[in-house]
Amino acid sequence: MPLSRRRFLSLGAGTLATAVAAKLAFSRSAAAAHPTIDPGTDGHAVSTVCEVCFWKCGVEAHVVGDRLIKIRGNPRHPLSNGKLCPRGVGAVGLAYDPDRLVKPLLRVGPRGSEEFKAVSWDEALSYIANKLEDLRKKYGPESVALFNHGSGASWFKHLLSAYGTANFGAPSFAQCRGPRDVAFELTFGSDPGSPEILDIGHSDCLVLIGSHLGENMHNTQVQDFADAVARGADLIVVDPRFSTAASKAKTWLPIRPGTDTALLLAWIHVIVTEQRYQRAYVEKYTSGFDELAKAIVEYTPEWAAAETGLDAEVIRATARRIAGAAPASLVHPGRHASWYGADDTHRSRAIAILNALLGSWGHRGGFFRPSGMKLAKVPTPAYPKAKPPADRREGEAPFALEPLAQGLRRATLDGQPYPIKGWFVYGTNLIQALPQREETLKAIQALELLVVVDVLPAEIAGYADVVLPEAAYLERFDDLVPIAWHKSGVALRQPVIPPPGEAKPGWWIARELGQRLGLGAYFPWTDVEGYLKERCKLSGIDYATLARDGVVLAPDKPTVVEDGLALTFATESGKIELYSEKLAKAGFSPLPKYERPDGVPAGYFRLLYGRAPAHTFGRTTNNRLLGELAHNDRVWINAKVAKDLGLADGATVRLVNQDGIKSAPVQIKATERIRGDCVYMVHGWGHTAKGLRYAKGRGADDAELVSRVKVDPVMGGTGMRVNFVTLQKEA
Amino acid sequence: MRRVMVIDMKRCVGCEACVVACKTENRVPDGAYRDWVVQETKGELPTLELLIRSQRCNHCTNAPCVTNCPTGASFFHVDGTVQIDRDRCTGCRACMASCPYDARYVHPDGFVDKCTLCVHRLAKGKPTACEEVCPTSAILTGDLDDPTSLVHLRLKRGDVSVVDPEAGTKPNVFYVG
Repeated sequence: MPLSRRRFLSLGAGTLATAVAAKLAFSRSAAAAHPTIDPGTDGHAVSTVCEVCFWKCGVEAHVVGDRLIKIRGNPRHPLSNGKLCPRGVGAVGLAYDPDRLVKPLLRVGPRGSEEFKAVSWDEALSYIANKLEDLRKKYGPESVALFNHGSGASWFKHLLSAYGTANFGAPSFAQCRGPRDVAFELTFGSDPGSPEILDIGHSDCLVLIGSHLGENMHNTQVQDFADAVARGADLIVVDPRFSTAASKAKTWLPIRPGTDTALLLAWIHVIVTEQRYQRAYVEKYTSGFDELAKAIVEYTPEWAAAETGLDAEVIRATARRIAGAAPASLVHPGRHASWYGADDTHRSRAIAILNALLGSWGHRGGFFRPSGMKLAKVPTPAYPKAKPPADRREGEAPFALEPLAQGLRRATLDGQPYPIKGWFVYGTNLIQALPQREETLKAIQALELLVVVDVLPAEIAGYADVVLPEAAYLERFDDLVPIAWHKSGVALRQPVIPPPGEAKPGWWIARELGQRLGLGAYFPWTDVEGYLKERCKLSGIDYATLARDGVVLAPDKPTVVEDGLALTFATESGKIELYSEKLAKAGFSPLPKYERPDGVPAGYFRLLYGRAPAHTFGRTTNNRLLGELAHNDRVWINAKVAKDLGLADGATVRLVNQDGIKSAPVQIKATERIRGDCVYMVHGWGHTAKGLRYAKGRGADDAELVSRVKVDPVMGGTGMRVNFVTLQKEA
Repeated sequence: MRRVMVIDMKRCVGCEACVVACKTENRVPDGAYRDWVVQETKGELPTLELLIRSQRCNHCTNAPCVTNCPTGASFFHVDGTVQIDRDRCTGCRACMASCPYDARYVHPDGFVDKCTLCVHRLAKGKPTACEEVCPTSAILTGDLDDPTSLVHLRLKRGDVSVVDPEAGTKPNVFYVG
């Protein structure tokens, strides 16, 4: 009977003594007669920038003949250091995905029928340009909205700004990192950025609040994380799930979902009342400490213990450890932060305040401050003045930093404050990226124009009037990619292989549309490489070096106080605002407040979701090279709970949420690694688009079950961990 | 010379970049793997342990695949690694039956294939594909006979294990941490 390749093989202890003592039992003369094989995969290496996620690592793509064979990290790029995550390595599977969009498509059936006819580029672009002219005349240019993700969107932002709209709604704000960015802007005057400016590699204590580094595979961050773990840094992981990161931690705090703010407030309580904060730093750089100290008195560890299900003494002890490592003590700000709505900005503010008390902002092992590299712009005419975005009502979500994607959807549905009639969707599968799918589908049916620009036919493409096949990042130039890291600089995305079929790069599509709309003056170049060379020239960057090395670095400047950095804060007071006058003036609590999450109804589980190392949302799930990897399309459920429900590991169930929405059949992962009051899924599975022939029908779609949200009143984020599911066994 | 691999389980997060890198480096066919990641959970909530291990051919010193190969296709290379001579391999699978680690598969072209420890790269002074790409720097290859090598120094520090030592194969892929 063949052994299973994936079965667990027990480990036994060995020692160097036995290892070294073992005599090699081979004959050297016999060995010499045998050949070894070189697979010949090195080829010609082209430096470019990855776009499988948003981290933007420099890569080297190896081409043999005319075929892309392998992708590796660019050793010269500070975000890669020659290393790469599985998605970046596996992007060969994206380049040669047999389901790629290769021809412009015009819809022939009803929206969502996925019925199209292939048309010429000229026909597709003329159709769009005519519709855009029509919309401009009927409703004004602001009636067109762009939903986007990824760096290639810059061409379409430019085009649509020139056209006259400011309605750009990236789900990466209100459905993701918005609450965090707003909280840090309010506190420090700037946000943690992307990639996050975290010096994890030098942290002596690292706290993760739900961040599952290692499953969340942001290359440099994981490199630094591994270094911190190897150095023996004190790692404290707060997560209802025993994540990979939790398994590396000195302390895992299996918190009751949604109560993180209570824990953070108790940590602040201990650090303030026991005077364990960085006194000189706090005195020099912060404002509002006295108000904080007064407000924090009530948040004792005993109070937090009752909320979080954690032990009060453990809360106290971990607070002391966190403070003891300051200022090289980092409470990770997380990334996806739209969890519970009302609580989200407050939670992120509590994280920001904690970091301020630790003095970690600006110190080695905390938040470093990259200088960035100044890039000149190629001059183009000024954009026409556009109406303010349609996403918010008067007084709503006053601290939003970007238009709210769900707000643009609402304006599409009710025409307030003015009508939205056309959508451009670039690089985001809105069907899975937005919560409350029914609203999205209704809005789509109300549109007069829906254009989707993408590389694969995800669900959203099935609703488009026109689908424009884009060259994947391995097949195109994009605008210069700035690097703001320990070393700052600029990187170049350039084509490695030609695009498949008739797919075209985004810059070409935007420019062609611009010319058809009479906006040719905004694209004063014929080919993008000319534009890039001009921009490099204006910026004092040698283009030939950039094209060869993939990256040009700026001279080193200090990024932490230890190296001579002077700390400044772009807040109104010029200080770190522990107490926020701005929030107070707008009628919000100026200090973080805890709001207890709704309880889990009997028989239900809170639906939690997250990431797996080989996947970026739904966009990698059709990649055959990645799809074969570890079974992360299962729903995690506590092993004992599963047993009580009569469900064995691997059993097939459907998840049914509080509104009766039922998922596709999905297997369960019965495991000790999760609390009994929640279930966990990796986001991005459960595709239904028939064009995704590999991904379709694999796993279940968590987003479909997010039919309810709680909106953060401060900044409009949609808290999505407020949904509950039951498990129905499939026959 | 004795080429060995040392894998740091403390660093490894099980991301499988090593798996994808190996597949693209070595033209491993669809559905087949030369390396893979094993995760095992021990204990009960909340006292848990997670073991994550990137596995591959152990390039055993007592390699049953070499002993059991009827054609001499499986052999020890001069660096001590176990290799397969494709021209001599008939695809009979005797090696596969004798390997306690299930490290081998039959290539569609008719020969048996497995991890070569990227012998073609090591010969050029480059790291293996999995070592090169690993974001956590968990994988290290080197000459155990060289007392100054990183692998030698790391193994000397102890806390070392191998997969299935009871099989008596004396693996040369070591796990630490």
